[in-house]
Amino acid sequence: MNAFEYAAPRTLDEALAILREQGDEARVIAGGTALVTMMRQRLVRPSYLVSLREIPGLERIEAANGGVRIGALVTHREVETSALVRERLPVLAETFRRVASVRIRNMATVGGALAHADPNQDPPVTLIALGARVEIRGAVGRRELSLEEFFRDYYESALEPGEVVTGVVVPQLPPASGAAYVKFLPRTADDYATVAVAATVSLEPDGERCRAARIALGSVGVTPIRARAAEALLTGQRFGADLLKTAGESVKGVVDPLSDHRGSAAYKREMAAVMVDRALTQGWEAARAAR
Amino acid sequence: MNRKLRLTVNGTAREVEIPTYRTLLDCLRNDLGLTGSKEGCGVGVCGACTVLLDGKMISSCIALAVSADGHEVTTVEGLAGDERLHPVQQAFIDAGGFQCGICTPGQVVSAKALLDAIPNPTDAEIREWMLGNLCRCTGYYKIIESIRTAAQRSRA
Repeated sequence: MNAFEYAAPRTLDEALAILREQGDEARVIAGGTALVTMMRQRLVRPSYLVSLREIPGLERIEAANGGVRIGALVTHREVETSALVRERLPVLAETFRRVASVRIRNMATVGGALAHADPNQDPPVTLIALGARVEIRGAVGRRELSLEEFFRDYYESALEPGEVVTGVVVPQLPPASGAAYVKFLPRTADDYATVAVAATVSLEPDGERCRAARIALGSVGVTPIRARAAEALLTGQRFGADLLKTAGESVKGVVDPLSDHRGSAAYKREMAAVMVDRALTQGWEAARAAR
Repeated sequence: MNRKLRLTVNGTAREVEIPTYRTLLDCLRNDLGLTGSKEGCGVGVCGACTVLLDGKMISSCIALAVSADGHEVTTVEGLAGDERLHPVQQAFIDAGGFQCGICTPGQVVSAKALLDAIPNPTDAEIREWMLGNLCRCTGYYKIIESIRTAAQRSRA
């Protein structure tokens, strides 16, 4: 690893001031699982690291408008095991449980994972399907962005220089809704997904027709992808195996996977259709059960 | 760009002055002489470098030593008492939970963390918890058996 200056300020304002002074040469560090690995591989060589670890207040999971607000320093393991998250958004706890190993989940933080903007990660997929918003602080103030707009390109987010992620707000699902996260993982249990899909299904009061659905995919493009055309196919429709298959097929033209050791692009495109079908089936069943 | 750190390692207050880019693993092995923790993959996947930071298992190969400043670190060297091994260590011996031994410190530290969190784990819980600790010779059955043995003995 290259040599660097290191600061672990006790306040966010102090951290933001250092980032402003140091400019492009500085990087923010929290759990370090992504950044230290990249530094060890000499993919990045920052001259200054600003740790957020000692800043109080960023490590909380709180109830917020029926949903939850998760601070940037909350670890993946803490989301997975949070009683509040399990009660309000069990699909989110289950999604974080699918990340790497317990040991890595003890280290990796929610804010760090979002800022890293790796399209192969699990949490952004479910967070986008749930309509989460990311909280951002910078020298000029705070702003909020839907997570869907936050991811811009491979390892590239909407964060401007000097800005940090401070948390993510996840709304509660409407009544008569269900959600599912399916991770296709043919190699080892701690691997990144070959294809991952999160789906939410909300039913009309009749309990039969779909009022709204949200579908997001991971590992099949340079960012997580929302499948709006597939969602539109479901609106107003009754459950049917053919309908869900058609919705799955419709994402083949939307995804743009890379061929790698987890599968060829053609294979991943086929599997994306299969996984969307499965996620919708599970989500729809969960919505019926929630009535 | 050296930094002076104060950490509690295996219950003892330690001070080291090290470059900021030192990993926690290198600090433990090279600066503090605790060579039980091993480097396998160097990217947080294999588990050979597992230590506890404030009681929670982490990969010390991708943790910066400076991030442990003011915190408590437990390594495999800190598990045994003066007279006897930690129950997990004894169970690994009795149930044949290792062969070459390079993954063993990480396996033992992870298993201790498991039994601290879940004193009576099911086999499924053992498998899920330990899936981040790779072994390339014993295979996993005897490791699981070792953990089951340690859990049974602490119930007795």
